Amino acid sequence: MVVLDINALWRRRSKIRGGVHPEPRKESTADKPIVTDFPLPERLYLPLQQHLGQPAEPVVRAGDKVLKGQLLAASRGAVSASVHASTSGTVAGIEEYPAPHPSGLPTPTIVLEPDGEDRWIEGAGEADPFSLTPEELCARVDQAGIVGLGGAAFPSAMKLNLGWRTRINTLIINGGECEPYLTCDDRLMRERAAEIVEGVRIMLHGLQCPTALIAIEDNKPEAYAAMLDAAKKHGRIEVVQVPSLYPMGWEKNLVTHLTGKEVPAGGRPTDVGVLLHNVATAYAVQRAVRYGRPLISRVVTVSGEAVEAPRNVEAPLGTLLSELLAFCGHKPERTARYVMGGPMMGDHLPHVQVPLVKRTSGILALTPEEIQAADARPCIRCGRCVSACPVGLLPLEMMTRIRAGQLDAAVSFGLRDCISCSSCSYVCPSRIPLVHYFKYASGELMARQQAQQKTEQTNRLAEEKRRRLERAKQAAAARKAQASAKEDAS
Amino acid sequence: MYILFAVLSLTALGLALGFMLGAAARYFKVEDNPLVDEIEKMMPGSQCGQCGYPGCRPAAEALVAGKASATLCPPGGKALAEQLASKLSLDIDLAGVEDQVPMVARVSEATCIGCTRCFKVCPTDAIVGAPKQIHAVVADACIACGKCVEVCPTECLGMQPIKTTLRNWRWAKPDLAAAGA
Repeated sequence: MVVLDINALWRRRSKIRGGVHPEPRKESTADKPIVTDFPLPERLYLPLQQHLGQPAEPVVRAGDKVLKGQLLAASRGAVSASVHASTSGTVAGIEEYPAPHPSGLPTPTIVLEPDGEDRWIEGAGEADPFSLTPEELCARVDQAGIVGLGGAAFPSAMKLNLGWRTRINTLIINGGECEPYLTCDDRLMRERAAEIVEGVRIMLHGLQCPTALIAIEDNKPEAYAAMLDAAKKHGRIEVVQVPSLYPMGWEKNLVTHLTGKEVPAGGRPTDVGVLLHNVATAYAVQRAVRYGRPLISRVVTVSGEAVEAPRNVEAPLGTLLSELLAFCGHKPERTARYVMGGPMMGDHLPHVQVPLVKRTSGILALTPEEIQAADARPCIRCGRCVSACPVGLLPLEMMTRIRAGQLDAAVSFGLRDCISCSSCSYVCPSRIPLVHYFKYASGELMARQQAQQKTEQTNRLAEEKRRRLERAKQAAAARKAQASAKEDAS
Repeated sequence: MYILFAVLSLTALGLALGFMLGAAARYFKVEDNPLVDEIEKMMPGSQCGQCGYPGCRPAAEALVAGKASATLCPPGGKALAEQLASKLSLDIDLAGVEDQVPMVARVSEATCIGCTRCFKVCPTDAIVGAPKQIHAVVADACIACGKCVEVCPTECLGMQPIKTTLRNWRWAKPDLAAAGA
């Protein structure tokens, strides 16, 4: 009997808009196992903010002895994530240290001096994670400081919490890894498929969600096979192949492709009952809930032509990227650009004396031949950026408006929907840094919004002051009247 | 008797004149241009006087009368200039408006004598303190109007640029020359 699979029908019908096919360049790292014996560095630098939202609040002081996995800084406010010690040792201080950020500006950072013992703190593991209530699961994930490891670094506990408020019908686990060079998720799926699948089951339980789809691009057949094998015992988890296309791993693309639903502009996948998590996040959730291990290390791809032995390394958070590169045989004289993350959406780093943080999926040292830097030439209005844009925007039109300083016009062309995926910059034959324009404009819009808020606040404060002065005047008048009445009476 | 007469006559006079004033206020009311009110609402409202007018309302009146340019308000910066220009349908050249480097007032603890003059003039109550005690600036409420700097007798107040951190860092505009003409 032929069973009609509605989902499969949708999958065939929904076409992905735009996208590009950059050279994958994954072959140098994809077939090498994850290196797990990375030597402990002499110092670890743990920024208080490795996630979206409020920075964490330190709970240790300089000189404190800490154990591996001990809480160093607690999450603060609704959107925040805590930071834990990546190894045992002494807190050398809490100071300003350069952040892994394109600006290279410093940020408050806990400096940890390892003692070499690497001794774990007593962790509260759970032999049967499914006996916990969803609330308890969320609390465990929150305590473990887990954030989205795909690159956005959104606190994961917040996303698991959503299950109680919005109905989530489908959990999509993003194993797309569409960025060139990066293979950390690929390797993780090949080597630790069972753990990932258990993490997905824990997430399903936490969300009280019926089904999960694990999406893997069709250029990773080994990872697909491994995940298929690990998930076959669990009927609620389906492993699906998606076409290799950049940006396939963009959440809205995956949702449209896998469920046929389109996420509204300005909305989130939860608006159509779908939630997305990265495969590495699922793995971190499994470690946290099953073994009580907080997020203190991650698998990171060290690659690029300026690296002699590119590979995936599981390294403690806080390791300097320069040490990771040196471990893999970095040739600084050949390096033209350092990128944290993938080459399409990653951050260009001014230098690599910055720590590995939770969202670092890769560190690339690229040679001049790889980046082929060139000056921008005038726009020839070929329209390639328009066909490449996965959102369906007109990058060239937005760019000209922004260049002329007409930000409002750029917004009316859909600037706010831009996801900075760099597809337009990638295909532009004139090498115009389109995405740089959009990032600049978004920042400027944010600044304007803040200025607007400040004006409103100023107005309010000035009004308060006027009222206060008036009250004082009235009170003085009343006192005077009272005094004169007293005088009259006497 | 005389006293009573005087009191009654003055009361009657006061009441009559009061009613006349009230009636005049009602029936001879001069309609203000509502546009002025709207513009005033858009202004920072701190009456800092940096535009050269004695306050935000006179500035708004000058704008509506066409005597001032939409770029008159330094604290408002580019954003306000654009809003004003679109409200009044004016053409403006924003290239001339340099957005000021964002500043914030700071009290030097070494020289503050606690004279309280600065927080009396502060339009947003951003300075706190007590007589003969060191004052401090609430950075979030400070609009960098510079009024406190003017009145400070010991020059202990100064304007400092706000430090760039990861939170307020923004992407710079791509180089126009590099982007091609």
